[in-house]
Amino acid sequence: MKATIHITLKNGVLDPQGKAIENALGQLGFGGVDEVRQGKLIEVNLTESDPKRAEAALTDMCEKLLANTVIENYQIHLDGEA
Amino acid sequence: MQASVIVFPGSNCDRDVAVCIEAAMGKAPLMAWHGDSELPKSDLIVLPGGFSYGDYLRCGSMAANSPIMREVVAQAKKGAAVLGICNGFQVLTECGLLPGVLMQNKGLNFVCRNTRLTVTNNKTAFTAQYEAGEEITVPVAHNEGNYFADDDTLKRLQDEDCIAFTYADGDNPNGACLDIAGICDPSGRIVGMMPHPERRAETALGGEDGKRMFSGIVEALS
Repeated sequence: MKATIHITLKNGVLDPQGKAIENALGQLGFGGVDEVRQGKLIEVNLTESDPKRAEAALTDMCEKLLANTVIENYQIHLDGEA
Repeated sequence: MQASVIVFPGSNCDRDVAVCIEAAMGKAPLMAWHGDSELPKSDLIVLPGGFSYGDYLRCGSMAANSPIMREVVAQAKKGAAVLGICNGFQVLTECGLLPGVLMQNKGLNFVCRNTRLTVTNNKTAFTAQYEAGEEITVPVAHNEGNYFADDDTLKRLQDEDCIAFTYADGDNPNGACLDIAGICDPSGRIVGMMPHPERRAETALGGEDGKRMFSGIVEALS
């Protein structure tokens, strides 16, 4: 089973890279960009086929290593889910 | 007294720190490899600067989960003194021995220069040889030194006198909250700091302001 994990900075946490991208878009003439936030995308292939157990394992992985919950949120998407 | 320096793949200040410890203690520290799952009982453990595991995922995150760190955390909880410098500070926050996180510098640039620091707390195990409020000069060299924590944590750090060093008036190189350059745990035995005291511990290096971190901890533990 394949999973995709989106890791994003929490609201209110300064994102200097997002700010730089936002400024660069402005300089390129792209109007109407209110804000840019940069995050990470991690793909994990699991041998587990049960979605519930997979999600539990992935949550554990995010809490222990993949995300730093002081500043980051994570969202787990299992393949086949909307 | 037994001192240990933890060496991760990508550490690059481990030998500088070892020289400082040997000068202060009169005996070389043990150099412990990241993959070791046992660490001889140590009174002082130093996590040096560098780019452990290539800074993959987040600075310090892989090192924080390495086998040796389970030993470091266990010994820290039993009262060993621990100093994390630069990448070592990042490892201490990632493994939970110190609160908060070191984010990318506000200006997006790697900053490598001397900074003026105020010794905010001279009652930690490492800072007793400084005067309270003393201004010292110690270099920084980092891309992720922007200390961040939520408001409750920052207030707790202030209330419990856990801010060890701040960047002196206007000399904040990275945007750190409250100008924080280094913090400690409430006992003062675990200290993390972004500036490199080992890079200013001999007159040949431009000054000796960092030397008292090492002589101070040796005096405290002897």
